[in-house]
Amino acid sequence: MIDLSVNLPGLHLKNPIIPASGCFGFGREFAQLYDLSLLGGIAIKSATPDQRFGNELPRVAETPMGMLNAIGLQNPGVDVIIEKELPWLAQYDVEIMANIAGACEEDYVEVVKKLNDHPTVKAFELNISCPNVKHGGIGLGTRAELAAKVTAMVKAAAKKPVYVKLSPNVTDIVEIAKAVEQAGADGLVLINTLLGMRLDLHSGKPILANKTGGLSGPAIKPVAIRMVYQVAQAVKIPIIGVGGISCAEDVLEFLYAGASAVEIGMMNFVDPYICPKIIEELPKVLAKYGLESVAQATGRSHRNG
Amino acid sequence: MQETMGLIISNEQIADATYRMKIKASITEAMTPGQFVNIKVKEHLLRRPISIASIEEDTFVIVYRIVGDGTRILSEMKKGEMIDLFGPLGNGYPIHEEQKDVLLLGGGIGVPPLYEVAKRYRALGKTVYVALGFDRKGSVFFEREFRKLGCQVVVATMDGSYGTKGTVLDAVEKAKIDVDFVYSCGPMAMLKAIEARYQKGYTSFEARMACGIGACMACVCKDREDGKLYHRICKEGPVFAIGKVGFA
Repeated sequence: MIDLSVNLPGLHLKNPIIPASGCFGFGREFAQLYDLSLLGGIAIKSATPDQRFGNELPRVAETPMGMLNAIGLQNPGVDVIIEKELPWLAQYDVEIMANIAGACEEDYVEVVKKLNDHPTVKAFELNISCPNVKHGGIGLGTRAELAAKVTAMVKAAAKKPVYVKLSPNVTDIVEIAKAVEQAGADGLVLINTLLGMRLDLHSGKPILANKTGGLSGPAIKPVAIRMVYQVAQAVKIPIIGVGGISCAEDVLEFLYAGASAVEIGMMNFVDPYICPKIIEELPKVLAKYGLESVAQATGRSHRNG
Repeated sequence: MQETMGLIISNEQIADATYRMKIKASITEAMTPGQFVNIKVKEHLLRRPISIASIEEDTFVIVYRIVGDGTRILSEMKKGEMIDLFGPLGNGYPIHEEQKDVLLLGGGIGVPPLYEVAKRYRALGKTVYVALGFDRKGSVFFEREFRKLGCQVVVATMDGSYGTKGTVLDAVEKAKIDVDFVYSCGPMAMLKAIEARYQKGYTSFEARMACGIGACMACVCKDREDGKLYHRICKEGPVFAIGKVGFA
């Protein structure tokens, strides 16, 4: 019997598969396709203090083995999420990570305080990749001191474990990971999307209304694997790996690199049943490579043997 | 909605860069006029949302135009091949049995979903006026098909190479079609002009999509009245009552 369970701060996952924030909404659409209780967890759509409409259209563009998106954190605001989405999600046996975003550090703290006492939320996931108004539009996740500051502020307010989702658009991901760990993060999620652009051949202008967008999908998997591999050897806190996973073998690769669990993003759009399919396949793949559990695979790439 | 493999019955060119594909699939019975299917094209990851043109017993028809590599690959698929489908998706055109007559306004690759609407109204014995707009003569398709259903058809081309020179509304004007209940689908500028002129009926919108089921928020539009309200074109749409969607 292959043991798929994973125990992480705040998250008791029956399997390591978590749909990634922004690729799964609040689960309602996918609940029409399969039982959400099959999943290990769900990282729900980013919550901000107030409703956000997001960017102008087009918000997505296809790329080789991936896609660009610039949705712009569209969400109904934390109050509506508490009132409508979390009570609905409570019917499922699945661990909920509340993804949190904001225009400044205080936004994160405000949202965390509102979600602190909600029993359905088991952990927070900080999206520090979005452009930050107060710091001239740069992402908090691109500077170690800013990433550490928001982590520390959220940790001081949070009553639940805090995972920080790191931006890959940096020179040294390890430096930022260590800064966030020192600031008190309970775990890391990496990676968020890579900044990219596509141009329209007729107009000569960017396809996305926002001009730039975040690249996701299988195209970014090697980058994500590399970053998980590097960070896993530099920090003691657990890592949730994300970036282009499309099959159980990809999950295993992330586990080997040092991830304890994984998130599935873009591939939910390509195959809406991708998560349950991977959950079904994973025990077979682990067995094929002589593994008895998910935990046994984690970090194999930098262990002896 | 479900993911399923369909069998291609036929795939043929019907106008410049425009193809009609007939597919046999189990999801056909769940389809309503104006809905769409999200099609996976071989090596491309994101699915192509394509409207349903005609719904038959166990087969349905799509009409698509080659606009990029994905639709080019689709055009090269052959009879007998299997095709990865997800659908039917979205909310289609409601049929109003109390209407004595209706006007269907289609522009370019927005024409196909109106065909099934015409079929439904003709089956009810209603008078169906159809105005089709294309850029030029070589792009014209489905004129004969609508006529075969017994519709009153007018055609407009932007360059005047066929039918009335100008838009579908110019063709409606010229033919003095006086019907106030309209169904439309086509380019955004055309839809905006139609909604400025008509108050009753339905408009179908198009947008770049990712998931096709309402999860990713790639294809949202604002409500015309309530600035805080938004609609997902793939989920609440693609068909909306006239006046619902705010134009940019």
